[in-house]
Amino acid sequence: MAVLGLIFSNIHDKEVFEATRERTIASCPVGGRYRLIDFPLSNMVNAGVHHIGVVTKSNYQSLMDHIGSGKDWDLARKKGGLQILPPYGFGDQVYSTRLEALKCQIDFIESSNAEYVFLTDCYHICNIDYTSAFKYHIEKGADITCLYHEHEITGNDFAAPKLFDVNEDGRIVKLTIDKNYRGVGNASIDTWIMKREFLMQLIDEAIKTNYKSFNRDILARNLNNYKIYGYKHNGYYGNIVDLNSYFDVNMDLIKKDVRSELFYQDGRAIYTKVRDSAPTKYSNDAVIENSIIADGCIIEGTVKNSVIFRGTRIKKGAVVENSILMQDTIVASNTKLDYVITDKNVKILNKKEMIGGLEELIYVKKGGVL
Amino acid sequence: MLNKKECIAMLLAGGQGSRLYALTNNVAKPAVSYGAKYKIIDFPLSNCVNSNIDTVGVLTQYQPLELNEYIGNGQPWDLDRTFGGVHILPPYQGKKKTTWYRGTANAIYQNINFIKRYNPEYVLILSGDHIYKMDYNKMLEFHKAKGSEATIAVIDVDIKEASRFGIMNTLEDGRIYEFEEKPANPKSTNASMGIYIFNAKMLYKYLEADEADENSKNDFGKNIIPKMLEDGIKMYAYQFSGYWKDVGTISSLWEANMDLLGEKPNFDIFDKSWKIYSRNDPYPPQIITEGATVNNSLITVGSLIEGTVINSLLGANVKVRKGAVVRNSLLYDGVEIREGATVDYSIIAENTIVKKNAHVGYGAIDSKKITVVASDLKIEHNVKILPGEMVEKDIKE
Repeated sequence: MAVLGLIFSNIHDKEVFEATRERTIASCPVGGRYRLIDFPLSNMVNAGVHHIGVVTKSNYQSLMDHIGSGKDWDLARKKGGLQILPPYGFGDQVYSTRLEALKCQIDFIESSNAEYVFLTDCYHICNIDYTSAFKYHIEKGADITCLYHEHEITGNDFAAPKLFDVNEDGRIVKLTIDKNYRGVGNASIDTWIMKREFLMQLIDEAIKTNYKSFNRDILARNLNNYKIYGYKHNGYYGNIVDLNSYFDVNMDLIKKDVRSELFYQDGRAIYTKVRDSAPTKYSNDAVIENSIIADGCIIEGTVKNSVIFRGTRIKKGAVVENSILMQDTIVASNTKLDYVITDKNVKILNKKEMIGGLEELIYVKKGGVL
Repeated sequence: MLNKKECIAMLLAGGQGSRLYALTNNVAKPAVSYGAKYKIIDFPLSNCVNSNIDTVGVLTQYQPLELNEYIGNGQPWDLDRTFGGVHILPPYQGKKKTTWYRGTANAIYQNINFIKRYNPEYVLILSGDHIYKMDYNKMLEFHKAKGSEATIAVIDVDIKEASRFGIMNTLEDGRIYEFEEKPANPKSTNASMGIYIFNAKMLYKYLEADEADENSKNDFGKNIIPKMLEDGIKMYAYQFSGYWKDVGTISSLWEANMDLLGEKPNFDIFDKSWKIYSRNDPYPPQIITEGATVNNSLITVGSLIEGTVINSLLGANVKVRKGAVVRNSLLYDGVEIREGATVDYSIIAENTIVKKNAHVGYGAIDSKKITVVASDLKIEHNVKILPGEMVEKDIKE
């Protein structure tokens, strides 16, 4: 069955955190060698989707650099493949909601001859089994299948959570969008399956009625008119909404069970851009504990409970704990870092120590020299 | 786009590598793992790309499957080109006869039509047996500047070692006047690296004549080079200085790997101006858990270290479980060392499992006797494998 993939690269970019000031959330580095978009891209490719459009809004330079021709996801194709979709046909304004973004891309959606569409966002990390979700969609004869995950709603999200009440058959009977909701709920993970023609119809309707919100105006209004089903994603779901959750998700990836679920499912590997780094070299003085270390690093100091990206140098006597060091960070000798997040190409040369805390994470922006 | 190439490379990758024993049971020597994440062939291929040579014929013969799959369309080395790129050249069935490659010269001879398709001025001949970084373009510049017709790269070796090599005796300007294959009393220390640049048209002529000579062994070192010298062809030695290592034996392969370790390693693979490219697997970064010890080692993607790793090189997806100790060893992709097992001065090939409390290279204290375990084996609990053993089948309790 031909399926078209649509990935929204930065619907919420402003709200997230400092690392998305100059890049889309989609191209935000995570887990030592990945960018967030690697997860939805790989999930879709692993389900046999070979034509994917990446909807962009602004600051998508780093995203383009990362995905290139799409060859690392086997998406450099003559038929289909990977396409970046910059804002289009919306006058001088740039869209602000998902539905507006879809209105911009109606020509792209129309030009595909796929029967179905998968739509998703880039701020969560999970290994979604689209093949099973799709099977469910067909079995239920659904018009729209919404993927959700059951978890505690803490109020840290940048947007009000979208919570589903699902009946025995799996049909969504109520959609609650409530900023003040607390407790465990079936929260939408902003991932949908539907027929392409059906999506076109929804967009047409939205244009005519000037609807703006996909959730409020399309889903919530039509629970009785359309067959809208919920498909539960079981397993790990890492949701990145701010600096703290970014930190937590990175730390989750050190855990063995999360790691094997995300990265070692048969036939469902997570692909990323190949950087051709050398293996990582540990010196005689290196002390490493409970950490993710990507390739191309030279580690001569101490690293504990941290995520170290490709090409990082940690010199002798340096101590890095509870930190995330993005690609090509340099930490000079005898420097102590605790609860620090460094963006790409940061050099910590003249600081004796930088000590943050779980509630006061220190973020050093891209290229910073301290 | 130009319909010709100035220089194309022909890479001899058919070697069986019989002195690597169990490591080449299922793969050709150029496909043997090296440096945690590489294969030997990554070095000549990366050298080609870094030297702007974008057309490479890879001549395969022995166990070509793995190598063919590894090279694929050449994309990891940026060698997927519309005109040029990397091409696997196995022996093929001709109209008149079918023959295996009989020698290095015969292998090239059988692919003259491939070379002619690119109408090159120069042909670079390489072997897939060495670890080194070399700018072939500089050698080509030298070849042109000297007005040479055949240039052979040489490296200065220890006089004591010289009788193991083909030695090029040269005049002051580098012109070769004599070639001695493994001389008992070497006159000089210029060892041939098995890297040649020939003027293409001259090479065709010699290959054809060599093919017609029934007494010839069809080998560059034994036949072509001596014949060219005899005929007074202008031949020059191109002096290479830098790291170069034949990895044809277990001990030289082990040493070449160890040369990557240390604060100032003998061989640097972190040089961004001369990247070594390889096919990358889609695995997450390595994880070092609490209680693990990792010293003076190279480790790559997918690996999980819960035990102790010292002076070792670990490939992709290697697991070293709690209480396991790996010292002075090479573990290839997918190897697992279970709880309480030890590995000393050993090379363990792909996907082999060493079960609990087993010992590989038991009691080894130096590199004189390297233990080798072939791929896809199981070494059962409590088994002791003594230094220098060559394990090619499962070892039961």
